[in-house]
Parts: sequence; C-alpha cells; structure tokens
Amino acid sequence: MTSPANLKYIRDHDWACFESDGTAILGVTDFAQESLGDVVFVELREVGEAVTQFQPFGEIESVKAVSELVSPVSGTVIERNDEVFAKPELVNQAPYEEGWLIKVKVSDTTDVSKLMSAGDYDTFIEPDFS
Amino acid sequence: MVPFSGWAMPVQYTGIIDEVNAIRNASGLFDVSHMGRVDISGVKAAKFLDSLLSFDVMNLPIGRARYGVICDENGGIIDDTILYRQGDDLFRLVPNAGNADVVLAWLLRWKPLMDEIQINVVTSKFAMIAHQGPKAVDVLQAITEADLSKVRPFRIVDTRVGGIDTTLARTGYTGEDGFELIVPVEHVTKVWVLLTELGAVPCGLGARDVLRLEAGLLLHGNEMNISVNPYEAGLERFVNPDREEYVARKALCRIRELGSQRCLVGFTMVGRGIGRRGHPITDGLNVIGEVTSGSHSPTLDSNIGLGYVPSGFAKEGTRFFVDVRGRVVEAEVTRLPFYSRVRRGT
Repeated sequence: MTSPANLKYIRDHDWACFESDGTAILGVTDFAQESLGDVVFVELREVGEAVTQFQPFGEIESVKAVSELVSPVSGTVIERNDEVFAKPELVNQAPYEEGWLIKVKVSDTTDVSKLMSAGDYDTFIEPDFS
Repeated sequence: MVPFSGWAMPVQYTGIIDEVNAIRNASGLFDVSHMGRVDISGVKAAKFLDSLLSFDVMNLPIGRARYGVICDENGGIIDDTILYRQGDDLFRLVPNAGNADVVLAWLLRWKPLMDEIQINVVTSKFAMIAHQGPKAVDVLQAITEADLSKVRPFRIVDTRVGGIDTTLARTGYTGEDGFELIVPVEHVTKVWVLLTELGAVPCGLGARDVLRLEAGLLLHGNEMNISVNPYEAGLERFVNPDREEYVARKALCRIRELGSQRCLVGFTMVGRGIGRRGHPITDGLNVIGEVTSGSHSPTLDSNIGLGYVPSGFAKEGTRFFVDVRGRVVEAEVTRLPFYSRVRRGT
C-alpha cells in the first residue's frame, strides 16, 4: 500500500493536505476506510468551530464499528464536505478525493513536525521487520 | 477473524453490505458450526425436554423443528434454541455457542437419575452451514437428493447433499427462506465449496447480525439474558407455561398474569445517528431504557435498533430519544419485523 506523497499523516489514520493559502483539507486514509468496512455515517464539526491538533473533529461509523476522527491540525473549520452525509460510501470509494471531510484554516499552534510523511505512515501501518 | 465464544469467526469476507445484499437478493452461506448440537434420546426424552423447554414437546411431530426458550425457575431466559424431533425418542437441541455449556449443565441438573435419557454433545462431530436467500432453495436443490419443495418451513429431512449424508432443516436467522445443513465435520468443506461454486456467497458474523436485526430476530446476550423473561422480550408466542411438569410454569404464569413493566421494541432513528447496544434511551429528561442492538440497515437504508422501554412507550409511532455518545437523537417505535420478505406462493 502506498499513500499519496503530497499528504501528511497521523497515527489515528487521518490525513491533511496543506494548501498554499494556509488551509488544510482533512480526511481518513485508505487503510482506515479498509479497516472500518462500509462507512454508513459521518458526523463532523460545524463550520466556524475550532479543531485542535490530535483531538477529535467528528465521528465515523461503519456498519459494525464507530471511531473518532482525529485532526492532524489546529484551526477553524471553514468548509465541510456535505456530500459525505448523503453518500458516506464516498469515504470508502475515494478517501483521498471525493471522500474528503473538512477544510480548516490552520492556526500557528499546529506542530507540523509531529506529522508523518507518506513513507513514515506506510511503514507505520505495514512495519518492515526484515 | 475475531474470537467468538471460544471460536475464531470471520466478521466479513468481502464486506458486510455486499454480504447482506447477497442474502436478500440471491443466496449466501454462513458457517454456524459454533452453535451447539446436543442429542437427547431415550423413552423419557420427550417428557424430559417438555419439562425444560417453553413449548409443548410431547406433541411436536417427528420431522419438525421448533424455536423456543429455556427458562430458569424464575422465568429468566437461559438461552433460546431450536429443537429438532428426529424420532419418537430422538431429539437434537441447538443452543447458542456462548451458552452451550450452561444449557448442558441445566439439562444435566434436571436429568433423572435413572439411565432412561442419554445426552450426547455432538458439536465437534458435525459442522453446520446456514444457506439463506431467495435463491437458496434452488441452488441447494441442484446437489440434493430430497425434493426440497416438499420440505416446508420448520421441517427437517435426512438426505444427501453432494453425496454427503446431511440433515437439512428449513430454518434460519436472516428473515429469508433457506436451509440449515448439519454435515459430518470431515465432509463439510466439500459441501461448502459445492455451494459456493453454484453461486452462494460466503457471509460473516457482521452480515448475520444486521440480517437478524432487520428481520426483528433477537440475540441472546443482547435482547435476552437470565434477568429477562420471554413476555417482556416479546416471545409469548413461543411460550406455553400451562404444562404441569414445566420447571418455569409458576413463574411464567405469574408474569403472564401480572403483565410486564418494560418491553422490547423496535425503533428507527429519526435524527442522524445510529443507536448502538448500551446507549441510554430517554424521554428527553430521564433515562427510561436502553438500546440492546442497533445498526445501519442496508436493506431499508435507515438506522434501526431494538431496546427495552417502559410498556407505556411501546406503541408504534411513539417517539423517544437515544443518547448517542452524548448526542441526543430522536427515534420512533417501529413495528417488528423491520423487514419481511415477499413470500412465494407455496
């Protein structure tokens, strides 16, 4: 499994895509959607609400399991992907594209050094013991 | 794979929603070998079982299967089970995996001292496959000697499937037509492979739980336990306490007479969210009950559940709230089953 190189990752299997205008788009990784199975429900923080790095920004629920969505960044929610409320299966089908979740105006309290690169994340989910 | 009552069981093969759809639209297979299989025989076997099961075993015809519960002297549900009558003096009981030992202990406790009843646990000698879905009967017929159109619901037949001696019961736990197959354990792989080659889709525990919930079928450990009686669980049609030797007779007659304070209801979420097992049910102010099972229903495209509420909240259409991890979400009482299949005209 190779994760997209342009994204940053955390151990809770969420990703952030940093844009040049100081915002970041968040979502869950392919590994996360694969482990969850069929996603049937997504709950996200409202536009205008604050999110904190390594704290929940919502919940994601598959047929059998519930898990928290954990934010890789601190900041304020400026947009939500309302499409996933009606079609939660987008998270399974395209976790890095149509299945994105929220867009955040990133604040300076975000510690980018604590995020993983794609390579680090791939090693984290599939450790190479050889 | 997950641990389940001492067995390693698959939660899913391809995906829960795909597997649910396979059962609702075509046919699918579950390995249900984890369920117990206990043979009870002897000239007094019928009388013995009649004293322990919730229904009239004496008058159960040979070749029939019946669903019921096993209650303790207080009317609490030890387990729910299917009983097959294979002969005048020959029965097979199918308890839940997690309760097989408790049920066996209960049988042994009441077994008369005289050696007139033999109890044999045959769980490890036979495997069990549930083959369910609207196409299950046709698929199975292709490799079965017996004429399955003659085997009506809750009937059993000994026949050969793919050349293997098999006991078939037209029973299941999904709300669909189909059979449960009891096969000698050394031949079960052959039968499983033959059925998959004919198009039956392997299904796991996840789909099984969703399907039984959609069909309004209860799960012991969730909706039933030793502190729940069959009347409040909505199982009165499986209970006949008016039998002289029945161990739960006194308790169940009394409960029937007094009525229940609480009862099990089905509900559909009105607001966004899924009520899950253990979530509190409230009237907006106070906790009035608890969710026992809940899931998204792929077949109905809604979020459904079962739970206990005071009897005054049981009427269809009544609204209450489910506390979904701190979020209060409205729900409405729905008549059970949530889903019932369109029956073919036979």
